[in-house]
Amino acid sequence: MHEMGIALQIVEIAAASIPTDLGNVRVARVNLKVGKLAAVVPESLRFCFSVASKDTPLDGAELNIAELPVVARCKQCNYEWTITNPVFKCGTCNSGSLEILSGRELDIESIEIAEEDKNDSGK
Amino acid sequence: MILENSAKGQKYFHHQDSHHPHRHTGSATPAISVQKSGTREIKVVRRVLDVNEKMAEENRRLFTQKGVFVLNVMSSPGSGKTTTLEKTLIKIMPEVKCAVIVGDICTTHDADRLATTGVPVVQVNTDAFGGDCHLAAHVIEKAAGGLDLDDIDLLIVENVGNLVCPAEFDIGEDSRVVVLSVTEGEDKPVKYPLMFRECEVALLNKIDLLPHLDYDKHKAIEFIHQIHPDMPVFEISARTAEGFDPWIKWLKGRIRDKIG
Repeated sequence: MHEMGIALQIVEIAAASIPTDLGNVRVARVNLKVGKLAAVVPESLRFCFSVASKDTPLDGAELNIAELPVVARCKQCNYEWTITNPVFKCGTCNSGSLEILSGRELDIESIEIAEEDKNDSGK
Repeated sequence: MILENSAKGQKYFHHQDSHHPHRHTGSATPAISVQKSGTREIKVVRRVLDVNEKMAEENRRLFTQKGVFVLNVMSSPGSGKTTTLEKTLIKIMPEVKCAVIVGDICTTHDADRLATTGVPVVQVNTDAFGGDCHLAAHVIEKAAGGLDLDDIDLLIVENVGNLVCPAEFDIGEDSRVVVLSVTEGEDKPVKYPLMFRECEVALLNKIDLLPHLDYDKHKAIEFIHQIHPDMPVFEISARTAEGFDPWIKWLKGRIRDKIG
């Protein structure tokens, strides 16, 4: 439900990450990691991003979302597994004492700068 | 790869376990590599919500310095948060000095109701802050500015009624509680696992209505424990004040642990 706020943050962080010495460049792609347990709907985020990036160096950039599974480790027996149905108990020893290793991510990994358009630069 | 290393330092479930926001990896000069597609890739590696997380840490520092225990109360709309808080305030005061921050998309109805208990209440209408579904850390910072923190032991934040988004936003609280009522589906915990993982304790409200409903209380508690094993669940009725003593005892214990 707060995808627009997240999209605005992504645009802000990504725009600030463009090295100043590159000058006026266009971002072609933003690589994002989203855990399955983050309260984010990828489709909705993509739509909001397309709106939020208007009139910025990210206008038209692709939002490349890598969805990460929920991975847990049992603190009792160290068993590590991917949680696919919502049961947060160790499949081996039934302990409920878990460490969640992944699934909560909402991270910008990198941005990709578009190659300059040869036609444009020739004008 | 950077992903595996950075994953260890992130904030995951049970927000009290770790509050270290993701740090930049690498040096100040950005790593640039050329991709197959011809684009130049620039490493960023930042948590999208790190601004909120930093602000939440600042809030947490301020609250700790002022000796204030902060409770973030969340639930779906209509579960009885406000009535539960009214009863909680009546039972815990004046022994514990309280204040409340109430978040709503609009109206001051909840704040007006809570103010009748005599506590200082700050109303936050989220639309004025450009958000609509949760309270963020900067909103709490601003709202707390209107309170005399030196004179408060317990600051209760009544979050916006929503089982999804508020779970994602750290506001600098010490503990999170979710209110679930028996007029909702028993399977709410498995439908909203993040909320039930993130909260430390659950209040099962409206139990005075159980004789009139087909609600299977044991099934609901089983679902809660499927998502969050060993989570304390207090069965209460905010209308009749039934079942409040164990909850109040638990809350006082948590406050004592922090502020003595």
